[in-house]
Amino acid sequence: MKQYLLSVVEPSTGEPPSAEEMAKIIARVEELDRAVKDAGVWVFNGGLHPPGTATTLRPKGDDVLISDGPYAEGKEHLGGFLILQCEDLDEALSWARRAVAATSLPIEVRPFR
Amino acid sequence: MSRPVERVFREEYGRAVAVLVRSFGDIDLAEEAVQEAFAAALQSWPDGRPPPSPAGWIITTARNHAIDRLRRDAKRAQKHAEAELIYDVQQNEFDDRLRLIFTCCHPALARHAQVALTLRLLGGLTTPEIARALLVPEPTLAQRIVRAKSKIRDAGIPYRVPRDADLPERLSSVLAVVYLIFNEGYSASSGPGLVRDDLCAEAIRLGRLLRRLMPDEPEVTGLLALMLLAAARRPARVDEHGALVPLPEQDRGLWDRSLIDEGHRLVRACLRRNRPGPYQIQAAINAVHTDAPRARDTDWMQIVRLYDQLMAIAPAPVVELNRAVAVAELDGPDAGLRLIEGLSLQRYHVFHAVRADLLRRAGRAAEARAAYATAVELAGNEPERAFLSSRLSHLDVPSGMLEG
Repeated sequence: MKQYLLSVVEPSTGEPPSAEEMAKIIARVEELDRAVKDAGVWVFNGGLHPPGTATTLRPKGDDVLISDGPYAEGKEHLGGFLILQCEDLDEALSWARRAVAATSLPIEVRPFR
Repeated sequence: MSRPVERVFREEYGRAVAVLVRSFGDIDLAEEAVQEAFAAALQSWPDGRPPPSPAGWIITTARNHAIDRLRRDAKRAQKHAEAELIYDVQQNEFDDRLRLIFTCCHPALARHAQVALTLRLLGGLTTPEIARALLVPEPTLAQRIVRAKSKIRDAGIPYRVPRDADLPERLSSVLAVVYLIFNEGYSASSGPGLVRDDLCAEAIRLGRLLRRLMPDEPEVTGLLALMLLAAARRPARVDEHGALVPLPEQDRGLWDRSLIDEGHRLVRACLRRNRPGPYQIQAAINAVHTDAPRARDTDWMQIVRLYDQLMAIAPAPVVELNRAVAVAELDGPDAGLRLIEGLSLQRYHVFHAVRADLLRRAGRAAEARAAYATAVELAGNEPERAFLSSRLSHLDVPSGMLEG
C-alpha cells in the first residue's frame, strides 16, 4: 500500500464560480469525501483559504524571516488536497479522475516516499 | 555474442524479463538477472547451441541469479520469500508479457518514455541500439529509461492488465506506442534514410505478440494488418537513388505478396467481428490500395467511403487531408483543393506536398511551385526532400501524390 497526495490546482486569476455553481461543486466534493471514506482509502483531506492568507517563513542566517503571503505568486495555487492510501497508482488515478469530475479542476497525483 | 545466443536473446529477452518482473516486482533486478543468464548461456551452451527449451533455461537461470542477489541483500527478504512461491512459467508467461506491455505504456509515463521502455524491456534492444534507432543521444535515452523506471517504482505503477473499464483507453496507448515505433521506422522523421527497417521489424514483431496475447481485440489485429500492408510496399517505396516513389508510380511487382496476403486475411478477420476502429479502417484502406493490380484500378469510391467512416469515429485534419486526395481522384483536383482549404496542418510537409500536387494538376503552376517549396522546407528526411525537389524542378511530370 502506498499513500498519494491528490492536489487540487486552482487558478489564481479569473472569475470565481457563481454561488450557485459553487454550491454544486461543494456538494460533489462532499459526495467524493464520503466515497473515499466508504472505500477505506481516506487518510486526510482539506480545502485551503486563498494564498493571500498565507504566511511564509524563510531561513536567514541563524534567524528566520517571516513574510506576508505565499512563497511564490503563480498562475495556479494549491486549493485543497486529499491524501489516499491505495493499492497502486491505477487506484489513485481512478480516484483522481473522480476528483477532476467533482471540482472541474486539474488534479496532480504524487506518491509519498 | 554468438549468433544462436543472439537470436535467442532477441526472441526471449522480453519474455524472460516479463516473468522475472512478475516474480520479483523489480525491473532493474529482472533485467540484471536476465542479462547474467545470457552471459552464463555464452559459457555453458555447447558450441553456442541452445538447449531444447532456451527460454526455460534462461528464465530458470535468471531466477536463480535473482534469488542469489536477494539472499545477499537482507532488506529484500520479503520479496525473496514471495519469489520462492512455485510459479508455472508455461502457464503464466503470456500474462506476464501482457502485464509488462501495459506497464511500459502506462499513460502516467510520457510517450517517449513509453516507446523507449517498450523497445528495451519487450524488444530486448540495448540502450545504444534504441538511441541509434530513435536518433536520440545515448545519455538522453539512458536518462529517460532510468527516470521511467524510477517513476514506475516510486509512483507505484502496477504490473497488471487493466480493469475492463480502463482497457479501451489503456489499449489505445499500447497500440499508439507500437504504431509510433513503426512509423518512426517507415517514415523516419529525420535523418538521411527514409526507412529504418529495424524499427519496422520490431514494431511488427510487437504487433504479432500483441495479437497472440489479445486475439479478441479487433483493433490489435487491425494495427498488425495496417503495418503488414505498409511494410509490403516498402521494397517499391524508394528508388535506386534513395528517392521516395509515390504510391501511384510504384512498381507493384516489387510489393511483398506474402505480407499482402497475410494483411488481407487479417483485415477480413476484423471485418467479420464488426467492431470497427481507426486501425482497422486504415488497414482496410491499405487493403483496397494493395488489391489494385495497377494504380488506375484503385477503387477510389471504396476508399472515400472508408475515410468517411474514419472521419465519423476519429476525425482529424490528417484524415481529412487523405480523404481529399481520394476525392480528387474521383472528382478532380479542384474538388480536393476545396476540401483542404483551411485545414490546420500548416507545419506538416505532406499537407503542402498534397496541395502542391493538386494545384499542379489543376494547372495552377505558380501556386504549385510555392507550395512545393514550402513542403521541401518542412520535410524531415532526405528522400522526401529529394522527391519534392524533383517535383518542383519538373512541374510538368505525371501526376503523383505523396502517399507511399
